[in-house]
Amino acid sequence: MAAKAALELKDGMYVNLGIGIPTLVANHIPEDVNVTLQSENGMLGMGEFPLEGEEDADLINAGKQTITELPQTAYFDSATSFGMIRGGKINMAILGAMEVAENGDLANWMIPGKLVKGMGGAMDLVAGVGRVVVVMDHTNKKGASKILSECTLPLTGKNVVDRIITNLCVLDVVEGGLKIVEIAEGVTEEDIRKATKAKLV
Amino acid sequence: MKKIYSSAKEALSDVLTDGMLIASGGFGLCGIPELLINEIKAHGAKDLTFVSNNAGVDDFGIGILLQTKQVKKMISSYVGENDEFMRQYLSGELELEFNPQGTLAERMRSGGCGIPGFYTKTGVGTVIAEGKEVKQFNGEDYILEEGIVADLAIVKAWKADETGNLIFRKTARNFNPPAAMCGKICVVEVEEIVPTGSLDPDGIHLPGIYVHRIIQGDHEKRIEQRTVRKRDANSSKTNEEQKG
Repeated sequence: MAAKAALELKDGMYVNLGIGIPTLVANHIPEDVNVTLQSENGMLGMGEFPLEGEEDADLINAGKQTITELPQTAYFDSATSFGMIRGGKINMAILGAMEVAENGDLANWMIPGKLVKGMGGAMDLVAGVGRVVVVMDHTNKKGASKILSECTLPLTGKNVVDRIITNLCVLDVVEGGLKIVEIAEGVTEEDIRKATKAKLV
Repeated sequence: MKKIYSSAKEALSDVLTDGMLIASGGFGLCGIPELLINEIKAHGAKDLTFVSNNAGVDDFGIGILLQTKQVKKMISSYVGENDEFMRQYLSGELELEFNPQGTLAERMRSGGCGIPGFYTKTGVGTVIAEGKEVKQFNGEDYILEEGIVADLAIVKAWKADETGNLIFRKTARNFNPPAAMCGKICVVEVEEIVPTGSLDPDGIHLPGIYVHRIIQGDHEKRIEQRTVRKRDANSSKTNEEQKG
């Protein structure tokens, strides 16, 4: 899934990667594609993890992990960081999700009755960036579809998702529902229909 | 006017009062004003409301003020790393107001800039929009968010000159400038105070107009998630080459 999502990245893009599978997308960026990764805590041009012994407490990503800088790195404060997010300067965000609806509604921050940790920057990202790509398993651990006609969980954003990449297929949010763009090897359209509780057009 | 104080105690003792609203810089444990937080604990001021992206961990950062029950309310975007926080929140001892991270940063920045409110697309159609004015611009919905003016801002910077001009270091800048801007009084802790004139005027990150008091001290600078690459034969070779 991370490798598939990496194909979304085009040369010259500024991209924000969410925590989890989206973070792995960075490992699959093609060599001839030059993208700048944004970390919403105030950095453009995120490098890899530091070598042992070279960790710097002043240099972390939004997941609070120690990282490194690159020659093109720029630092800025949180208001400026979300200015470029809210202002539509970040071309794309690749995020995980709990639920996505056929109209592009996204839920990924809160399960009522369970511990709520907060939305962090997710609501700002989905409202502001040029394109939102969700990377997630098609179904949850119990086998229920995470792609629904309507989200049941509190929303992170309304009508914000452009593309969903799952272990079964790639779906685009289009007028009237979800369009199958690509099917994973060994998967049939019937498998996708069975695993999807949303309108496929 | 003298801005340099000898200790966190001297800088805060006549400022702290029960029930005040305090804006704090920092993201996770990165760039938090750890010395000033320690002094708030020692002072004992209570019923405090903190505007801060996170709430520290149990034994570091704002977390230590939760242990002593000095915090009445948190305004934050993410509080996942703190067990005592969750215990007090679930038992109703602690109030919590979630703000999206960018909205929180902009509320501080605009509060400091004399802007009492701003419209944003963030949170439209979610629980965050409940009870807030909705206004259309170019056919799209935006919600009204209010600027924050805090009684006190506590901030961590890397270097200050004697007039309070500040330089931050790497991602430790984060919420510190917007927090500083929104405070009626802003107290800053730095790793080094340098003579006025020794910082490049073109390289100042936050002008001293926002800074009222400065202290210098030793910082623990704890790392929350230590992630590293193993040193293998190739990488150590690369290091040798770079040294050469």
